[in-house]
Amino acid sequence: MNAPDTRQALATHDGAAEGYNFAYLDEQTKRMIRRALLKAVAVPGYQVPFAAREMPLPFGWGTGGIQVTAAIIGRSDTLKVIDQGSDETTNAVNIRRFFARTTGVATTRRTSEATIVQTRHRIPETPLTDKQILVYQVPMPEPLYRLEPRVAEAKKLHALADYGLISVKLYEDIVHHGSIATTYDYPVIVNGRYLSSPSPIPKFDNPKMHMNPALQLFGAGRERCIHAIPPYTPVRSLDFDDHPFEIQRWEHACALCGSRESFLDEMIVDDAGKRMFVCSDSDYCHDRRAQQANDTTEGASA
Amino acid sequence: MYVAVKGGERAIEASWRMLDKARRGDTRLAELSVGQIREQLRLAVARVMTEGSVYDEELAALAIKQAAGDLVEAIFLLRAYRTTLPRFGYTRAIETEAMQVERRISATFKDVPGGQVLGATYDYTQRLLDFALLAEGHDVDGMPEHQARASVSAPQEEPVPRVVTLLNQEGLIEQETPSPDASEPGDLSREPLSFPASRATRLQNLARGDEGFLLAMGYATQRGYAHTHPFAGEIRFGSVAVEMELDELGFAVEIGDIDITECQMINQFTGNHEVPPTFTQGYGLAFGHSERKAMAMSLVDRALRAEELGETLSSPTQDIEFMLSHSDNVEASGFVQHLKLPHYVDFQAELELVRRLRAQHAARPIDDQAQEEQAA
Repeated sequence: MNAPDTRQALATHDGAAEGYNFAYLDEQTKRMIRRALLKAVAVPGYQVPFAAREMPLPFGWGTGGIQVTAAIIGRSDTLKVIDQGSDETTNAVNIRRFFARTTGVATTRRTSEATIVQTRHRIPETPLTDKQILVYQVPMPEPLYRLEPRVAEAKKLHALADYGLISVKLYEDIVHHGSIATTYDYPVIVNGRYLSSPSPIPKFDNPKMHMNPALQLFGAGRERCIHAIPPYTPVRSLDFDDHPFEIQRWEHACALCGSRESFLDEMIVDDAGKRMFVCSDSDYCHDRRAQQANDTTEGASA
Repeated sequence: MYVAVKGGERAIEASWRMLDKARRGDTRLAELSVGQIREQLRLAVARVMTEGSVYDEELAALAIKQAAGDLVEAIFLLRAYRTTLPRFGYTRAIETEAMQVERRISATFKDVPGGQVLGATYDYTQRLLDFALLAEGHDVDGMPEHQARASVSAPQEEPVPRVVTLLNQEGLIEQETPSPDASEPGDLSREPLSFPASRATRLQNLARGDEGFLLAMGYATQRGYAHTHPFAGEIRFGSVAVEMELDELGFAVEIGDIDITECQMINQFTGNHEVPPTFTQGYGLAFGHSERKAMAMSLVDRALRAEELGETLSSPTQDIEFMLSHSDNVEASGFVQHLKLPHYVDFQAELELVRRLRAQHAARPIDDQAQEEQAA
């Protein structure tokens, strides 16, 4: 199983890179990553060290997610890559192109068509299914790093499930600001045991992690760690009885599709500082507009 | 309207084309060849090989050309290439004592067996811009420099003994001998860095570490942040043979020569209950001619031995996790520059929070505000 996957030459796809193994990584490396993934799935929320490689994209730009995707992707997969919820942001374009070149697999912008969704900073608005895998790019997998930068110490705290520090931090937020002042990368307890970082998704997305039918894999390349949330696993966002967890709300609806349920990006559209709010999830927004256009046409023709 | 987020693909392609053009510069001037970089920018090549952790002058020169002289980018290119290479096995430990020395100096003794060999160095140049180099095409063969270099590279008759070995005759300095039952050293390019890190792992990390980082941290140790009382016991540069045992043959064969720079720093140690006062070592090694790197590395290596030698831990330069986690420029450069990536989702989340907090702040009861003013 460690022989180079040379079938790529047969299954040539336009633009597939020559001279590299399927999905860039050699089979030994993929096997090493899969072992780490299996352990991560077996111990939900636990950070499994793995020997991340230098990738042809810089550390900090999604190398962990790319390595996880490279280790799990097969010829029949359909890949979607988003950054900030959008398929069109430069880094998403770059990573999608990387896999198109090195695997030749089909890529898509439609959440429902994808078997693997690699993401940075968002969970798609469209609910995922048990046929899908969500791969997160993770800059800092250690949820305690702002409180305890020493990895060796943080490991001990995890081993002892000693999470007092983070509760004190949230409590201090409430004392200072009247509410918890963490808005993204909001810490969660996975499966009632490990404190985990959801990667810097807005806390708006945290509830989507809970009991999600899809497998959620988190790859941190520079920090050389993988963690996972298996399908249908309870994920609790930290809070207090008298200060329950809550997500962001907007006074606005999306200016394009009118959604009031999605996470909105704010854009400054003129020199006078006029604002416009649109969905961060470009596929979701596009779908809704297509649906609306359809309805209008049907209405007109009827 | 959607320009900011749409059309990324075409914009990236256009950016690639512009990059190629910018790298090439003025086409009226001849293109720089990889061979020219390899021969005439040898110190840049050495740095890229060391921190890229591949000994291949041609590929390092190619990376420098492709990166338009940005050495950290070139190191990254070489590392990313290196990842894809199959691992055939491990060579035998190189014998630096058997080095064909081109340069060898010791700051601890006026003369030492094997002598002080200055070789090619900038150390004793006066740093005056040599405007003669501005005039191109006057490269004359048989210049005195060429002759000097030729005579230096002529093989010396016998291996040059190490200065620290000479000191050992009085038992004055600890010797670097393999521990009898030590486990095989790990391979940082194949295993994640974990703590506590053994000295073998630390030295691997420092050898790949950024020269600037090591220079600054080594400098800090000289300025009192974990002072290690260093003396440059020996610095040598030259070529050593690399030997590998081949399974089919059952014995070691020489597979080539590499140029390396080695530094053995001699540091004071006050001793403790068991050990009388003695000298200890800090060690530095780099590919090619890289004395600054090798020396800085040896200072940092010694500072990181504080715990093992029972010294007081008082400075970040002695903190193994701090130093090893931040020494790699491929990692550091990537993470610092990832801030260029879009963060508008997170920023939107923060905007929402700050607006809410400001609204609450403005709506505080008047009493609170008055109290604060009084206190102020």
